Amino acid sequence: MVKKNWFLLAILGLGGVAVVAIPPFLGGYFQHVLILIMMWIIMATAWNLLGGYCGQVSFGHAVFFGLGAYGGGLLYLHWGISPWWGMIVGPLLAVIIGIPIGLITFRLRGAYFALAMLALGETFRIVFTNWEPVTAGAVGILTSRTWGGEKLPYYYIALAVAALGIYVAYRLIHSKYGYYFVSIREDQDAAEGLGIPTTRYKLYALIPSAFFTGLAGAVYMNYFAYIEPHTVFNLSAISIMMILAVMMGGAGTLWGPVFGAALYTILSEALRAVIGPISYLVFPLIACFIIMFLPDGIIGDWDKIKRAFSRKEPVYAGGE
Amino acid sequence: MAYLDINHVVRRFGGLVAVNDITVGIEQGEILGLIGPNGSGKTTLFNCINNYYTANSGEIVFKGIPITHKSTHEICHLGIGRTFQVVKPLRRMTVLENVIAGAFLRTSNITEARDKALEVLDFCELSHRKDMLAKDLPIADKKRMEIARSLAGEPELMLLDETAAGLNPREIERAMELVRKIRDRGITCFVVEHVMKFIMGISDRMMCINFGREIARGTPEEMASHPEVIKAYLGEEYVKGR
Amino acid sequence: MTLLGQTLITGLLIGGIYAVIAIGMTLIMGVMEIINLVHGALMMVAMYICLVLFESFGLHPYIGMIPAMVILFVIGYLLQKYSIERVFGVETILPESQVLLTLAMALAITEIIRLIFSSDYQSTYTPFSGKCFYLGGMSISAPYLVSFGIAMAFVAALHIFLTRTDLGRSVVATAQDREAAIYMGVDAKRITNFTFGLGTALAAAGGALLLPVFYLFPDVWHPYLAKCFIITILGGMGSTVGALSGGLLLGIAETFGATYWSPGYRDVVGFVIFILVLLFLPGGLKKIIGR
Repeated sequence: MVKKNWFLLAILGLGGVAVVAIPPFLGGYFQHVLILIMMWIIMATAWNLLGGYCGQVSFGHAVFFGLGAYGGGLLYLHWGISPWWGMIVGPLLAVIIGIPIGLITFRLRGAYFALAMLALGETFRIVFTNWEPVTAGAVGILTSRTWGGEKLPYYYIALAVAALGIYVAYRLIHSKYGYYFVSIREDQDAAEGLGIPTTRYKLYALIPSAFFTGLAGAVYMNYFAYIEPHTVFNLSAISIMMILAVMMGGAGTLWGPVFGAALYTILSEALRAVIGPISYLVFPLIACFIIMFLPDGIIGDWDKIKRAFSRKEPVYAGGE
Repeated sequence: MAYLDINHVVRRFGGLVAVNDITVGIEQGEILGLIGPNGSGKTTLFNCINNYYTANSGEIVFKGIPITHKSTHEICHLGIGRTFQVVKPLRRMTVLENVIAGAFLRTSNITEARDKALEVLDFCELSHRKDMLAKDLPIADKKRMEIARSLAGEPELMLLDETAAGLNPREIERAMELVRKIRDRGITCFVVEHVMKFIMGISDRMMCINFGREIARGTPEEMASHPEVIKAYLGEEYVKGR
Repeated sequence: MTLLGQTLITGLLIGGIYAVIAIGMTLIMGVMEIINLVHGALMMVAMYICLVLFESFGLHPYIGMIPAMVILFVIGYLLQKYSIERVFGVETILPESQVLLTLAMALAITEIIRLIFSSDYQSTYTPFSGKCFYLGGMSISAPYLVSFGIAMAFVAALHIFLTRTDLGRSVVATAQDREAAIYMGVDAKRITNFTFGLGTALAAAGGALLLPVFYLFPDVWHPYLAKCFIITILGGMGSTVGALSGGLLLGIAETFGATYWSPGYRDVVGFVIFILVLLFLPGGLKKIIGR
């Protein structure tokens, strides 16, 4: 759907070199922020597959993040196995539980699906908080970091996962899957009439979405070395912020979530450093602003932004 | 056994019987036209064939295979394509992308799908619009795109629901040409329509229903002077003296 | 046996309070057909207003309720008119932007309150708060009982408003069929704004009724928003009778869950009901009751 533009490709190439070569020269804090950016890129790209492309807006993706994190955490807690195995177990757990969740909730459309996912996210949070014998409850799980204070190795791992996530998204979008996802989003009944088994394809969108969100959770587990239900299954900090990051950048595009995730992370860190606790207020306000004035994100609504600054008369090109 | 056999199909919505025991067989290669006043059950019948609604009783058989309870997408795979009374464009995709989505029914390869889509767009004389966003099309082209989208899936039978509604006379002529071309390509057509010029002009046989029941059947000429048809559309008084 | 009775009655009483809040939401959802996630946060704001009135003027929440309702009516009205209305029906890639907007508003409001009042737990404790009635071995909390009574009074008053006044009937008409109401001369926009204010005022009332019994802190609304939703879906969107029965049912189910299963899982009961209703009873109890 996008014609090859050599200029853009060059920028991409340069960016690729930069993200690999520069970080060793940055201080610990910046490396930390970069790791966060990578994690949010993974989450935003994953959510976008199901929400932006397939149109199934989930308000409960924290389920997959939390399951991804607890995959490794539970291995460590019960059997002393290194949480690095969680990088496989976590996402698999997210997918295995995600499939029945999808089969149940995909019967619902629009906002009801969103809310059912929200309910599920909260249910998992409550269950993981209370089911102490299995999950260690609110106390959480503490593991030891493989590389002590070193951040760089975690960064490269997160970067690799992010690159993989973007690649998988790219391949899916430019294939039959991508066309079918968008068809379902645009008009589910028309899609059925075109021979698309909509429930099956929604699942095909859910599986990579859950997998990569879970993978982000596993990365989190290994990097922070501590997880607890309130953080990893959190509604506003994870589920909603994922959506916000995608919205800011532009849902239904490949680079929108990447851009939005980076913007979100940098903004939230910068705000927290500058104005402290008030930053928790600023994000929801930014969200309100974006939803009211730039609902298709900065990339999606780029024309609107240009027009706002140019003072030229808007051109109406038939059909709105 | 006809190509598409509709046998005593009934569809109710609560207390209202929208389709009340309709039986008709469509032969391969013909164009069967279905007319009837507003609310007579035409679109509901189509929806039953496609299984957007499931028939409460009765049977629908296509090429010898019972499809009454198959899912909509399975029915499409078997070779029944459909356009909608109220067009359903995939709005934020281009015309070409819309038709590619239809072409993926028969292939998983994106290049093949694209080639097929371009060929179908050419057949439907929509190539000049291929990169336009579906939501920006005028109504006649939206309808044409919907036909193209369905054609890309290589249907053997097409259900055309009010293709001519909202079109001006010139557009109606072009739509009639397109349906004839589709039939010449070997595709059987079941057409629902209000615009008499369109449906009389292209149908081999016709059927008229009212209140969900069949009231007349025959060639277009026979229908034009059939007393029941006149009564249904214009009322009792107009039947006298015909 | 007494445990059963006590659980049943307590569930009923708390359910009545839930019902008031939920009726506010179901009215809004019926008229606007959007999911309103700021309802809970606005309830919380009303509770803080009552707190301030209690601490500054000694006004018990049952009285402070009145000014709180008025203030929240205005806040709700303004939010709807100047912010939510903008997003109503706008076509975007992510169709749920209205839902997100109300949620973002809720988060923003919560943070504002947190900055003003801090996250500390507050309460409006009076000697009355701890009083209990004893009925054949069952202990029933007095504030629960009084709050329930006031809640039912509100429900009755609302019912009269909706069925006997012109304004009320316009609200019902708009909820049932917006277009038809417009053709009958109802100014749908004005009614929508009014209904949002009214629904928010009801949430304010519900919050004030909860205040004598529960601790107050900025995030207090999270479970109540969820309950409201569940009740709205359970009862059927736009149905006040449904919201009432749904509220009572949820209150009872939750309390049974808390008593016989575990207090921590209280909220999970609601979510389970929610999913079950969405899957098996999409129209809500409204379908069964027939109103």
